[in-house]
Amino acid sequence: MSTTTRRSRLHRQEHLTALAFVALPVIGFLLFTLYPMLFSIYASFTDWNGLTPPVFSGLDNYITMVQDPYFLESMYNTFFLMLGIPIGLVISLALALAMNRKMRGSTFFRTVYYVPVISSIAAVAILWQWAFNGDFGLINQVLALVGIDGPNWLQDTATVKPALIIMAIWKGLGFSMLLYLAALQSVPRHLYEAAALDGAGAWKQFRHITVPMVRPVTFFLVVTSIIAGSQVFVEINIMTPTGGPEFSSATIVWYIWQKAFDNLQMGYASAMSIVLGLMVFLITFIQFRLNRRNQFSID
Amino acid sequence: MSSQRVLPSPPPLKPEQESPDHTSSRATSHTKARTRLSIAERKHRVGNAIVTIVLSLGAVVMVAPLLWTFSTSLKTREGVFALPPQWIPDPFVWENYLRIWSAGPLLTGIQNSLIVAGTVTIVGTLFSALASFAFAKMRMPFKNVLFLSLLAALMVPFPTLMIPQFTMFASIGWVDTLLPLIVPFIFGNIIMIFFLRQYLNSVPDSIIEAARIDGASYLQIFFKLIFPIIKPAIAAQFILWFMAVWNDYLAPIIYLNSPEVQTLQLVIANFNAQYAIQTDYPLIMAASFVALLPVLIVFIVFQRQIIESIALTGSKG
Repeated sequence: MSTTTRRSRLHRQEHLTALAFVALPVIGFLLFTLYPMLFSIYASFTDWNGLTPPVFSGLDNYITMVQDPYFLESMYNTFFLMLGIPIGLVISLALALAMNRKMRGSTFFRTVYYVPVISSIAAVAILWQWAFNGDFGLINQVLALVGIDGPNWLQDTATVKPALIIMAIWKGLGFSMLLYLAALQSVPRHLYEAAALDGAGAWKQFRHITVPMVRPVTFFLVVTSIIAGSQVFVEINIMTPTGGPEFSSATIVWYIWQKAFDNLQMGYASAMSIVLGLMVFLITFIQFRLNRRNQFSID
Repeated sequence: MSSQRVLPSPPPLKPEQESPDHTSSRATSHTKARTRLSIAERKHRVGNAIVTIVLSLGAVVMVAPLLWTFSTSLKTREGVFALPPQWIPDPFVWENYLRIWSAGPLLTGIQNSLIVAGTVTIVGTLFSALASFAFAKMRMPFKNVLFLSLLAALMVPFPTLMIPQFTMFASIGWVDTLLPLIVPFIFGNIIMIFFLRQYLNSVPDSIIEAARIDGASYLQIFFKLIFPIIKPAIAAQFILWFMAVWNDYLAPIIYLNSPEVQTLQLVIANFNAQYAIQTDYPLIMAASFVALLPVLIVFIVFQRQIIESIALTGSKG
């Protein structure tokens, strides 16, 4: 009898200590994630300028949104910029394959390719804005060497998005390359040896061993890139402060930011931020489902 | 060029170390195997040469914008617009790196960034580590519910939270101070908790039970026993977190207006906007280069830890 009460007292003490240890992250979650999220949902149904109390307005914001050409344009731009994701993945897998060889200098290359990843996006945006300068930028000066008269990249509706895509690929290459490299190094050698014995050439080995073995990483990268891609803001804010020529580089987060903090249409901005949140949630949810299925099929 | 020669020269053993690994299963004492080995080795070497050339070209593309920035930062204002372009500045204007300090609040920007990133990561790491210990090794009610709700928070993008967060901090008068950039994050970092918990799962429960029997409190166990064990994992996560806070831009641009509270990233963005009008590109590029340097140095010093923990991220994801 006395031992059980003693044990339960010990347990209670452990419970309380453990709760104290996790209390701060949990409080942080309640205050700075859960509460703002619920408030955002509420605010999305109101007319609110951030200064006076919100006034309930039903679905007005959402109805405005689907008719707002700027919102639709910024959504389109955001998705358009994601076209760089598959290009970046293909290049980084090729790089990882190259670096997976036993040879000198691969550590050096790994470092060089990784530098843009750790560089601040603000500084990167500034230096690429300069590199894309129509008259004196690096890109056009190099193009001039081979006799091409380059466009004024960031001021032209036709080239501003490709320019941003090039920069994003450059910045993200090192990260996906590194994850691919780690995945390649964990592929058992005997799989390739067995395939070679069966007469499978390099392409077939790549197609039927390498690609399936790195699929989890590909999947992870696609999902994280889409989530990050849906939140592009800094480079737009710095490189094309007005949202680009004819609004052609404004992204959804840039538009939310502008509506909320420039125009003080915080109710409307909240509604758009909820749509963004739902998008991210959906992508993450699909990832979890597909990931689970992937694991089953491997087991 | 010469420095590149010097660096990888030492181990003359290397080629021999590589080849056995590559062919050992097939290499017998047979003479035919010997010729086959050398063909395979030659093929490997030619392949390496081609790959090295391709990777070098790629590396040039990767560093070109950075070198271009550095080169621009050392030019005269007129040199920037010279035709044909000056690939190497003529003359070298090192004074640009002196001018930046009086041309804008660069120094206070560095100070503010240090205050924000330092406070957030040092305090936040302590709380994250404590929480990860509790989640991994202690019994408590609703443990999984709490952990899963913290993880769920990762799914909510910051833009969805920023408007209510802003009005919250505005109502207590914290706008245009560093507090909104610090306070929400010192409560702990979920990603860090997740990885430390993962790391702690490989630590046997028995050592904690033994320490309990010896009468140690949980706090003592954490500081004397757990902390030393998870130190390498903490270090890697700490560096990554520090760089992320240091490089952050969206939160600072929402909260900070006055020059004296702006973080480094905002300061250089303002340099960019302000001095582009005056076409003082060398000044902008010098400031940007200075802003890149600290993280670059941290990366080069800790690159092994950083790269290892990033690679781990992928395998856990």
